[in-house]
Amino acid sequence: MSVDAATVKRIAHLARIKLSEAEAAPLQGELNAILGWIEQLGEVDTTGVAPMTAVIPITRAWRDDVVTDGDALDRVLANAPASDFGFYAVPKVIE
Amino acid sequence: MTATYTVAGKTGPWEIVVGLEVHAQVISASKLFSGAAATYGGAPNTHVSLVDAAMPGMLPVLNGECVRQAVRTGMALGAQINRWSRFDRKNYFYADLPQGYQISQLYHPIVGEGALTVEPEGEEPKTIGIERIHLEQDAGKSVHDQSPTLSYVDLNRSGVALMEIVSKPDMRSPAQAGAYVRSLREVLRYVGSCDGNMDEGSMRADVNVSVRRPGEPFGTRTETKNVNSVRFIMAAVEFEAKRQVEVLEGGGTIVQETRLFDPDKGTTRSMRSKEDAHDYRYFPDPDLLPVELTDAFLSECEASLPELPAAKRTRFETVLGISAYNAAVLTADKDTADWFEALLATGVEAKRAANWVTGDLFGALNRLDKDIATSPVTPAAAGELLALSADGTLSGPLAKQVFEIMLETGEAPGAIVEARGLRQVSDTGAIDDAIQAILAANADKVAQYKAGKEALFGFFVGQTMKAMAGKASPAVVNERLKAALA
Repeated sequence: MSVDAATVKRIAHLARIKLSEAEAAPLQGELNAILGWIEQLGEVDTTGVAPMTAVIPITRAWRDDVVTDGDALDRVLANAPASDFGFYAVPKVIE
Repeated sequence: MTATYTVAGKTGPWEIVVGLEVHAQVISASKLFSGAAATYGGAPNTHVSLVDAAMPGMLPVLNGECVRQAVRTGMALGAQINRWSRFDRKNYFYADLPQGYQISQLYHPIVGEGALTVEPEGEEPKTIGIERIHLEQDAGKSVHDQSPTLSYVDLNRSGVALMEIVSKPDMRSPAQAGAYVRSLREVLRYVGSCDGNMDEGSMRADVNVSVRRPGEPFGTRTETKNVNSVRFIMAAVEFEAKRQVEVLEGGGTIVQETRLFDPDKGTTRSMRSKEDAHDYRYFPDPDLLPVELTDAFLSECEASLPELPAAKRTRFETVLGISAYNAAVLTADKDTADWFEALLATGVEAKRAANWVTGDLFGALNRLDKDIATSPVTPAAAGELLALSADGTLSGPLAKQVFEIMLETGEAPGAIVEARGLRQVSDTGAIDDAIQAILAANADKVAQYKAGKEALFGFFVGQTMKAMAGKASPAVVNERLKAALA
């Protein structure tokens, strides 16, 4: 599996990351290198091996239904580029 | 089978095919993956944890109650419960989705196939298949009209648990779609897994519609998003089916697309959708373990289920002897059923209670423009009133009089009877006196009666009741009159 220049641009667009041609070109190589490394895993024969989701057998790491968080407007908005009246203020996104 | 609903086109009839995806907000104190409050409203961004705001490094932890609610809902719909399910990331970009993905369950939903039998208005009952129920996060809310250049984002809803309940494409008319949503809403309310409040958006539907010539394979469907009332859902189905028929008969083709419903006009319009809007790139969420359900957990869910509308209705009919019509009315919504059962708990006879609730009480509530939840009369007070009728303290007309006073003043019926002397008179002495006076004053009618004009008996009853100011026991009056005229 490998990605071409058009796929790199498409992925960037889906994530709303603006890439110049100069930035996109090296990314194509980097992404393909990553995909190559991942594909090496295919060399291992996993026939009969069950998929593993956790190293230790925990199945019910569930939370109790209680309110333990919130009321932290300042912390929530601390990194917002802009805010108004307690809202995040973002460029108009109406369709 | 009743006549099939069709859209009459210029070239002949078209059948419509409808499937619904209902988003129901799970009743829980906190969110699906964080400890922030899941309650509606609140000042902007105050029900938000750093998990909901998707700050780097924050990890979701599953709320067990949301799992329990989804499983209980599935059980109530007779659905398959999947002992192993998993969360996936659905990736898309929007300002009110700070993670850049919604955590949902595409590949392994928690609940599989089930069914719901509904009774559409004017049609035969129909069983609608349920395809699946999965758990997912709600997004935040964007406000677009407060600034000319900015959109404002409130994340209070971000991360609140939703159940997406997906039907099979089994509905064939707007009435069936409406009946399905109404029945589903009642099941959710009985189970207590969703409050069903469509005004506040805790239940909304994506409406999938296609049309076809009878007997032909499914046509291409469109999806109308986020319709938030039963009436609008029915209107969206109707409008969209007609629009599709017009397009097809005009030689056009239906494009699979997302549309928006306009509640003011009752129409749908295409969303200017970008071609890649549906490239969600789903993959398993690596931050979350699979959901594995144990036997003990499932038994506990099963045991916590209340009696459901259909079972309650059958019990009312077969065990309590209530008429089929009244049983349907009394179980149609949870508030009514709860009120009625609270009334039964006071020890009153079921059939009488059913007649009184569907007759006197509903009549009064209608008149006062109130519903059962805001009824000025409590089940306990109503029970007392019915008991006073049953033991002969109140005659039928007196009971109605006392009920009116209860509606007006909120006083208890016993107190009203005492304070206003509305007690029915069963004292034979007083009644006999009245009867003697009436017979003496109407000697001619007594003679006619004795000569065989038996219809005059009603006249004597009426006169006696009048003389007793309506407080005499009709049974005693009948009995004493018969004796006096014998």
